[in-house]
Amino acid sequence: MAKRIDVSGLSAYYGNHKAIDDISMTVEPRSVTAFIGPSGCGKSTFLRTLNRMHEVTPGGHVEGKVMLDDENLYGSGVDPVAVRRTVGMVFQRPNPFPTMSIFDNVAAGLRLNGSYKKSELKDIVEKSLKGANLWNEVKDRLNKPGSGLSGGQQQRLCIARAIAVEPQVLLMDEPCSALDPISTLAIEDLIGELKERFTIVIVTHNMQQAARVSDRTAFFNLAAVGQPGKLIEIDETERIFSNPSVQATEDYISGRFG
Amino acid sequence: MSDVMTKPRPVTNGGHPVSLKHARLPRWTPPVLALAAAAAGSGIGIVGGLDSKIQWGLIAALVFILGTFALAAAVEGSRQAKDRMATTLVWIAFLLAVIPLASLLWETIARGIKVLDGYFLSHSMGTLPDAMPGGGIYHAIIGTLEQVGLATLIAAPIGLLTAIYLVEYGRGRLAKAVTFFVDVMTGIPSIVAGLFILSVWILILGFGPSGFAGSMALAILMMPVVVRSTEEMLKLVPNELREASLALGVPKWRTILKVVLPTSIGGITTGVMLAIARIAGETAPVLLLVWGAKTINNNPFEGAQQSLPLYVFQQWQIGTDAAYDRAWAAALVLIAFVMILNLVARGIARWKAPRTGR
Repeated sequence: MAKRIDVSGLSAYYGNHKAIDDISMTVEPRSVTAFIGPSGCGKSTFLRTLNRMHEVTPGGHVEGKVMLDDENLYGSGVDPVAVRRTVGMVFQRPNPFPTMSIFDNVAAGLRLNGSYKKSELKDIVEKSLKGANLWNEVKDRLNKPGSGLSGGQQQRLCIARAIAVEPQVLLMDEPCSALDPISTLAIEDLIGELKERFTIVIVTHNMQQAARVSDRTAFFNLAAVGQPGKLIEIDETERIFSNPSVQATEDYISGRFG
Repeated sequence: MSDVMTKPRPVTNGGHPVSLKHARLPRWTPPVLALAAAAAGSGIGIVGGLDSKIQWGLIAALVFILGTFALAAAVEGSRQAKDRMATTLVWIAFLLAVIPLASLLWETIARGIKVLDGYFLSHSMGTLPDAMPGGGIYHAIIGTLEQVGLATLIAAPIGLLTAIYLVEYGRGRLAKAVTFFVDVMTGIPSIVAGLFILSVWILILGFGPSGFAGSMALAILMMPVVVRSTEEMLKLVPNELREASLALGVPKWRTILKVVLPTSIGGITTGVMLAIARIAGETAPVLLLVWGAKTINNNPFEGAQQSLPLYVFQQWQIGTDAAYDRAWAAALVLIAFVMILNLVARGIARWKAPRTGR
């Protein structure tokens, strides 16, 4: 199910602008890896290179290798669509499809990729909604529009939608930044459960959140505005937050930044 | 500015008003003032011996604006006076915009209703002499429906696909060129579109006049409108929805088909309907390419046909009372057709709008 990600020498560009420079790291399967760092340091860009969403942006291109177990995502002949089926993504702002019901939203990934029997879909939708801890709240109104849910519920709906296609890896780009503390707690609990089945990478600005949910933490930084972002260090979360090996990490975490 | 500085308000205390209340004109002031202004306008008009009612109206409007300003300045203060004057000007502009529309509708309904009945709608002119009363517009309705329908069948798919290309795929020079030519096409006069089809279809290729020839010219006029409105609607679809779909491993073409288009279908339909309404009233290309006819021709691909705007034009040229009546009635039917299209478009837009479910 879950796969290991091995990144080596990865740089990403927007047109001529280099956004991240020469990043190498390993993301362990069935674990949560958190990316922290100041705004603009390339965390989200790096995350998006892991399922080839970066190249959706006009001018976006990548150098380097991203190995998913033993397959290079950027190897020749690799279909980005197939990559995205394997590596799912949850976005910063909840974005359920406004024209679809709750059921259709969860089934969207499956239905848009091929034909499934109604009963099959029902089982997968129920399983995914249960997996996202949303089933009890919406089981009586699966045919209502997904945009009628609260922000936290919408975000869990998006997580259900992402895990319905059974990806190997789940990328989360600040999934809680638009949510209140209670919804955030619900999602953090969910992340704890999901890591049994998926490899999870989460970008967050909330240091406490990184400390709470992740097994390993990567700290990104940039030398100056306009310079590409770099990976400063990646280590066990406990070590990063107690005794990091780089001074910049400690400064950032303790708020003595800049 | 200066009078605010030189007249310190007695009610202020260190720059702050003591009370938040201030004197207000009663709610009935504007209507009463409007009546008084109308009376003053007519009075001055009669006394001064002015013939033109437009002059009366202008005087009344001027009296109303100045009266409102003076009264408000005296009772409420200068800021409220300015506010009331701006409100008055906005209302006058609104009335000026509505008057032509209302009078056009009134005129058409009042004159058109005379001969408009079941017989008029279900019969053609046939062999009726032009000057005689009677006859109908069935052949023109058939012609308009077929020509506009064919034009829509040609222009809507092309326009839709062009807009999808421009918004979803178009990068670089080709997209810029397409946008430029769409802009140029928007400005093509309808007679030029008619002449173009006339020279290609009838003069060079040697086909005769037909409803289809007219449809092609109408399609040229319709296409840029469809492209523009569809483009705007597609741009309104949030990028997040496209990314959400792509991140689920959905190919781009399916994302467009299943996520982008359903989200914007209401607005796109409205745009197409408005484009149809625009071409339904075109006379010039029809005159050049369809020629007009007095009898029913159900086949748009063969022989001359009639259409509603052309019928109005031809009846007006005949110039007898009976023909004038028929022209007004046909114009009324045309306006009703366009209005119904607009209502249908609004209905579809509301029905298809993404629901919030709250």
